[in-house]
Amino acid sequence: MATLVKAENIRGVYYTGAKDVVAVDDVTINIEEGEVLGLAGESGSGKTTLGSIISLIARPPLHVERGTLEIDGQVQELGGDAKIPRTWRGGVVSMLPQGAMNSVSPTKRIRHLVYDVMRSHDSKIKKDEAMDRARERITTLGLPPRVLDAYPHQLSGGMKQRTVTIISTLLNPRLLVADEPTSALDVTSQKILIEMLLEMLEKKIMSGVIFVTHDLPVLRTVATKIAVMYQGRVVESGPTVTLVDNPEHPYTQALMSSVLAPEPEYTKIRIEGMSSFDRSSFDAPAVIH
Amino acid sequence: MAEIFTAEHITKTFGHGAHQVQAVKDVSFVLEQGQVTTIVGESGSGKSTIARMVLGLLPITSGKFTFEGKDVTNLKGRGRSEYWRGVQAVFQDPFSSFNQFFTVKDLLYRSMRLIRGAAGQERLEEALGHVGMDLTVLPRYPHQLSGGQRQRVMIARALMMRPKMLVADEATSMLDASLRVNILNVLTDLRDELGMTVLFITHDIGQACYLADRVLVMEQGVMVEQGPTDDVIFHPKHEYTQRLLADVPKLHEEVI
Repeated sequence: MATLVKAENIRGVYYTGAKDVVAVDDVTINIEEGEVLGLAGESGSGKTTLGSIISLIARPPLHVERGTLEIDGQVQELGGDAKIPRTWRGGVVSMLPQGAMNSVSPTKRIRHLVYDVMRSHDSKIKKDEAMDRARERITTLGLPPRVLDAYPHQLSGGMKQRTVTIISTLLNPRLLVADEPTSALDVTSQKILIEMLLEMLEKKIMSGVIFVTHDLPVLRTVATKIAVMYQGRVVESGPTVTLVDNPEHPYTQALMSSVLAPEPEYTKIRIEGMSSFDRSSFDAPAVIH
Repeated sequence: MAEIFTAEHITKTFGHGAHQVQAVKDVSFVLEQGQVTTIVGESGSGKSTIARMVLGLLPITSGKFTFEGKDVTNLKGRGRSEYWRGVQAVFQDPFSSFNQFFTVKDLLYRSMRLIRGAAGQERLEEALGHVGMDLTVLPRYPHQLSGGQRQRVMIARALMMRPKMLVADEATSMLDASLRVNILNVLTDLRDELGMTVLFITHDIGQACYLADRVLVMEQGVMVEQGPTDDVIFHPKHEYTQRLLADVPKLHEEVI
């Protein structure tokens, strides 16, 4: 398989005045064609910051101090004052931000948003053309075309999330960065959304996905490989099965142990979760499988 | 064990005429003293509507609630404040249930008004102790606290009343998996140490399984199954419960 994305030595810092906060500290990740990379970690581990740097939307107070992004062999410098070509944003890398489904304008129909997105990347596009493309895409992925004419409040949470996911990939990006797309959904809608994401990969609408979440069981069903982040660094990464069944880093082990599964033994035992992990003595070396 | 709260034939209808929606249809259940009861269901199943009605925040269309032998269906004024000394709530979103201009101290002092007499300060320290916090948190503003800390402050606020019953509506859903366990442990400790009755509402069967003594399953306003955790979750009888269980992503089992 060909390498799709190579993000190397990324360092992202929030300049907050009093002190600088290093949110992403020298992180390197790779994604092969057709893969889903799961970025796991607690809140504050830097996973969303890394996602936004890779999707090229870092802006003050976040500054990228170092790093390169290589997609399909084209290298883009990210650090300092590097100029990022407009066509990369949305066209090559697209981001589905956290809570996107609740950020859709409540007074406009979905088709308005579709046209808005298409027009901002291709100023000459005709309204009909944009609608046709969106309708075709929506039908292919098994959603009723009526969602285009609906207002956001007329769609259920699961449906809204699927709709914004489709809109975020209308421009056929090479890579989609999805930030907590399933966290606000119930289990049934989660499952449907994940099936849709995998179908989109299969249909080559996009060629790779970075799936940011704290929900490990969800990653188990969607990710090809997982990188676990803690304090801005990747502490362990590897194929999903290896990482879930044989976590080696103490942080990953603690994270895995705080997952509650509906299995008989969980009604009897008490789980200590992250308190079993001694944060002050964090110096174990990163594990790469 | 004694019954502390009963709900009989509760129905809630929103809207009128063609737009009428029955959010809760003829639901009955009993909460036992000192047990954790969990309501599980998908979004839109009516579980939050039940929580809001139990708390008296939403009028019910028909049915009857009884708390400690007294009818608490349509309370107003003084009777309702009295009820709220016995029944407290923790809500889903620790990011929006705070007034961002209030420090934790302001927030807790406002709730203290419900407590008569001078016992307030003592209760406050005690309540913060239950959730593993101390007085150093008082001068902080919400933006200086993490999601887990905020939710623990909210639980402390509820505990200050020394309620007999706590209603937690998706209290852990917005938190990381790792913080979630801590909050759930706080709730089980409260049950074991203070004999508190908890009504816990969630869409996550994993949490229900870890925490609950009894489980109620809701589907589109109808209570389709209820019983002890072991029976409902490991030997579900209703087709909907089985489907809900099948959709839960598992960490270790084979992916189908």
